[in-house]
Amino acid sequence: MMEILLDPTMLSDFLSTSLRLSIPIVFAALGGVLSERAGVYNIGLEGMMLAGAFGAAVGTFFTGEPFFGVISGMFAGALTAVVLAILAVSLGVNQIVAGIAINMFSIGVTAFLSRIVFSGQANTMTLPGYKAFAIPGLVAIPVIGPVLFQQDALVYLMYATVLLLFYLMFYTPWGLNIRAVGENPRAADTAGVRVNMVRYICVLGSGALAGLGGCYLVLSHVFLFSEHMSAGKGFIALAAIILGRWNPVGALFACLLFGLFDALQLRLQFANPEVPYQAFVILPYVVSILALVGLIGKPRPPGAVGLPYRREGK
Amino acid sequence: MEHHLVVDCVTKTFGDLKANDAVSLHARKGSVHAVLGENGAGKTTLMNILYGLYHPDAGRILIGGREIAIDNPRDALTHGIGMVHQHFMLIGPLTVTENVILGLEQSGLRLGLSEHAERLIELSQSFGFDIEPSEPVWNLPMGMQQRVEILKLLHRNADILILDEPTSVLTPSETGPFFEVLSRLKEAGKTILFITHKLEEVMAVADDVTVMRDGRVTAELKTSETNPRELARLMVGRDVVFDISRPQGHFGDAKLTVEGLRARNDRGLPGLDDVGFEVRAGEILGIAGVDGNGQAELAEVIAGLRPIEAGRILVGGADATQASVAERKHGFKIGYVPEDRQVVGLDLNHSVAFNLILRSLGRLPFSRFGILDFKAIRAHAERLVERYDVRLQGVDQEARFLSGGNQQKVILAREIEDDPEVLIVAQPCKGLDVGAIEFVQNTLLKQREKGVAILYISTELEHIMAICDRIAVMSRGRITGILAPEEATPERLGMLMAGATADAA
Amino acid sequence: MLAALRAVYLLKGVWAILAALLVGSILIRLGDSNPIEAYQALFTGAFFEYHGFATTLVKMSPMLLAGLAVALPLRAGQFNIGAEGQIYLGALFATWAALYLPDVLPGWLHIIICSLAGMIGGGLWGLIPGYLKAVHNVNEVIVTLLMNYIGINLVSYFVSGPMLAEGAPYPYSDEIREALWLPYILPGTDAHLGVVIGIIFAIVLYYVFKRTSVGLSLATVGHNPAAARYAGMSVRRHIILSLVLGGALAGLAGTYEVLGLKYRLFHMFSAGYGFDGIVVALLAEGNPLLVAAAALFLGGLRSGANIMQRAVGVPTTAVEAIQGLVVIFVAASVAFRYESSYLAAAWRRRKVMDAALAAERREAQDKAEEAKQP
Repeated sequence: MMEILLDPTMLSDFLSTSLRLSIPIVFAALGGVLSERAGVYNIGLEGMMLAGAFGAAVGTFFTGEPFFGVISGMFAGALTAVVLAILAVSLGVNQIVAGIAINMFSIGVTAFLSRIVFSGQANTMTLPGYKAFAIPGLVAIPVIGPVLFQQDALVYLMYATVLLLFYLMFYTPWGLNIRAVGENPRAADTAGVRVNMVRYICVLGSGALAGLGGCYLVLSHVFLFSEHMSAGKGFIALAAIILGRWNPVGALFACLLFGLFDALQLRLQFANPEVPYQAFVILPYVVSILALVGLIGKPRPPGAVGLPYRREGK
Repeated sequence: MEHHLVVDCVTKTFGDLKANDAVSLHARKGSVHAVLGENGAGKTTLMNILYGLYHPDAGRILIGGREIAIDNPRDALTHGIGMVHQHFMLIGPLTVTENVILGLEQSGLRLGLSEHAERLIELSQSFGFDIEPSEPVWNLPMGMQQRVEILKLLHRNADILILDEPTSVLTPSETGPFFEVLSRLKEAGKTILFITHKLEEVMAVADDVTVMRDGRVTAELKTSETNPRELARLMVGRDVVFDISRPQGHFGDAKLTVEGLRARNDRGLPGLDDVGFEVRAGEILGIAGVDGNGQAELAEVIAGLRPIEAGRILVGGADATQASVAERKHGFKIGYVPEDRQVVGLDLNHSVAFNLILRSLGRLPFSRFGILDFKAIRAHAERLVERYDVRLQGVDQEARFLSGGNQQKVILAREIEDDPEVLIVAQPCKGLDVGAIEFVQNTLLKQREKGVAILYISTELEHIMAICDRIAVMSRGRITGILAPEEATPERLGMLMAGATADAA
Repeated sequence: MLAALRAVYLLKGVWAILAALLVGSILIRLGDSNPIEAYQALFTGAFFEYHGFATTLVKMSPMLLAGLAVALPLRAGQFNIGAEGQIYLGALFATWAALYLPDVLPGWLHIIICSLAGMIGGGLWGLIPGYLKAVHNVNEVIVTLLMNYIGINLVSYFVSGPMLAEGAPYPYSDEIREALWLPYILPGTDAHLGVVIGIIFAIVLYYVFKRTSVGLSLATVGHNPAAARYAGMSVRRHIILSLVLGGALAGLAGTYEVLGLKYRLFHMFSAGYGFDGIVVALLAEGNPLLVAAAALFLGGLRSGANIMQRAVGVPTTAVEAIQGLVVIFVAASVAFRYESSYLAAAWRRRKVMDAALAAERREAQDKAEEAKQP
């Protein structure tokens, strides 16, 4: 294993794999940051990611254009998020319950619809997707260059999204409203912020972002849709949100950490064919839990996360 | 005289309760108009209507003679009405500037923090506030947070300011400067609605006063034409003589002794700093102080709910420092009436009968080998409900449906029926009406006669003066002095609350 | 009238299920089948045919135990999303006890030991999130979620490595000896004793919740941890206890999948029963007796799905989607309470108005009488 660290090409290769493996989690985690900052737990990230993957596959299948796949994937994610918004924001249903409901529905409905839409060939066909291209100049940076700048369009979109979300959250009136609503909705309400509208938009945005994660799975990873292909990535994203302290940039780094361990376990599998691969598959999950336990200092979630907001009286 | 703000026959009902019943009020421009009333008189409901948080069932609101509709706080602000809530509507982790500009701009790509900060500094200087705009508000003392709230309104050009019980969070030394702020605001032409239940404050700063009782207005007067006695009668509905007879006490030996107590508060900061005192059998020791100066931590440490970092707690000479909550309750006989009766003192989702054995759940005679004896539990509940005159439909009724006074009776009944030797009572009269307050205080005095050592924590000086044998004052986690009632003038107490030690005061 | 209205609200779970079936019928239409025929095939097959009903019971057994595994921690306010992983660990431990303990004991005693081993396995998988939550304040939702994947892969590892049966074409363990097979309850079918044991546990748990001090302490911790501490209960201990016992129940579900149905430990043997347990507990609003009823319903949905697929050609995944719909609608229905409904509010207003009218009538009468007396 050590030779990876010494050989620049192998190291680049390894880090590049890590980055690619973390992309779907990054998008989902960004979605989670957005909705949790506004005060809504999103356990449904997994289901939204899956819906996004399905949407991407359907969109690309019918148009032949990955771009439309991305659009329909984000739309499918957001559509699933509408359910969470209605349940959690309007009806005040327990947000964990609502999220679980969404995951189950999404797993069932995408499996069902994929059989109808792709009529059995879902596992055999190959969809068009995104291919890596180098960004001239930047790619020449040793080791890091090929890792960061020899990727496909969705990865570059991820960089932009992280920065955009960071700026939105901390430097715009919108971000201020979001943070206020997630921290103390009553105070935000009295200051004239439309609490539930902000929450709706954030939950929908969260669904679209998680959907993007699903798009990446389909359009850059495997080029087909398979049942429950999100395989728990949405749940790892939940851990990444906490680890990244509800900050888009922090969440990015947490996800990169998980991607690193995912790449590591793949390499370990490959290097140790005599050991059943499952021994290594659990690595990212174990790391997620250990990271949550070993967190330095207590992370402080947004003050009102999980609590529905109602004006009293009326 | 042109009235700036007129409330005309506003009515608001919650279920069967008429919180506001044809309430009217007339405030002049550039004046301080007090709204005086007890807890539950309907003051806060009225203010929430003015601020658009509630919709009135009937009645009109006029500004400058024109009728307006206020559907939400945004509407209120566009009409120039701003409100400082009793519990500040500030968002802790955000900075002063962020708090002030929250909700001002709903769109746009940038916050313009620095421009706003400049305007804030200007504004705060013109009113003599001294505020650092980039500080997160949870780092500020309460007096400063209140100024942030006022700045919020000024920055929005509000000219009617509603202040809900603004002095309740201030130390006596902060109250003076606050009154100065009020007069500066008045000079600047702002109309101030000052909601309070404290007569002295009305007399000190208000130009006019509207007195409320049971959701109705009992009078609207000029303060120059009235006196505290008349206001008290209008507020309470009869001459206020607390029906509490405090006989001479018979003090025994020290029953509760605490030495060198140290503990941390919920934010992990030092909450108690070397606290020591003793309470004798048959004595009521009052703990006075502004809310949040370590009183809550003190009560929790003695009851065993908060870890202790240093010091000792002795009950009748026996060391209870390491004892568990249950051992303190049942072994050392420490009764505890917590401040938050709805969240700590009771489990509102459970029946009154269950709540009456909440702290004896696994014990005889209510439970044998872990199996509950509902007959015994019921009989116990019915006996206590009768003895303490708890008003309810039945002992199976959920505790949430009881009024505050009756909830407090349930807690008192439970804590007193176990024949405590020490009783810790935290803010027992908060939010209760006069009748319930009398009941609570008389009950405590009866325990005093029986020789129970009582620690009585309250932020209401009148209550403390009425029933305590000695008064300890807390400030920033320390006991700054212990006084006899006759030594305890408001000035001395005020200095102690502000942190001066007894020698200096 | 009022009672009828209240009943309508009490039956909201039923309405939610009907609504879900209605929306589900659109899905079935999308698959080019007739929803009425499909549902008819599903429900007749699942509940009114001997073999179909037996299959329903087979599916109900793990769902019921997993439902209790979710309902118990829920009592203490803990969301156990990890029943699936606990099922796997329970099955792993039970299989180990069945295969590798010397077979000197009589069958029934060995079955009990296997059950205990399964409960220990599941309990262990509940202990970890319980301990992390209670002591380190780590969100139990996320930990239990992630531990599912660890549990599933752990079993996969054992059955494709150390426990792999000789010459197996697929990762599974050796078969356990016949003396350890759970007795059948319906002759000629797969329906085994697991479902009876599950029902016994449901009744016991119901009794514990209602009539014991532990049950009420758990509820106090769940409703109001501050009051629980004040009452002298250890919140930590109750949280850990609830998740350990929940895990043990899920472990038992896994145990009986092996001892009652599969007789081997398979890679990926549980068809998401742990997640079904969440649905079941939710449908039942945490009431153990209703958990049994909900598990019966959901078990029927699952066994009927196969029958439906054979009879009408609707893929079984449709039922998974419908199950998701059931959860969504049931979750939404929780928000509709009679007390806060518009109708109830209107009714209360009427009562107030009646009282006001009565008062005015009295006043009017008094005035009239005064007028009469000069």
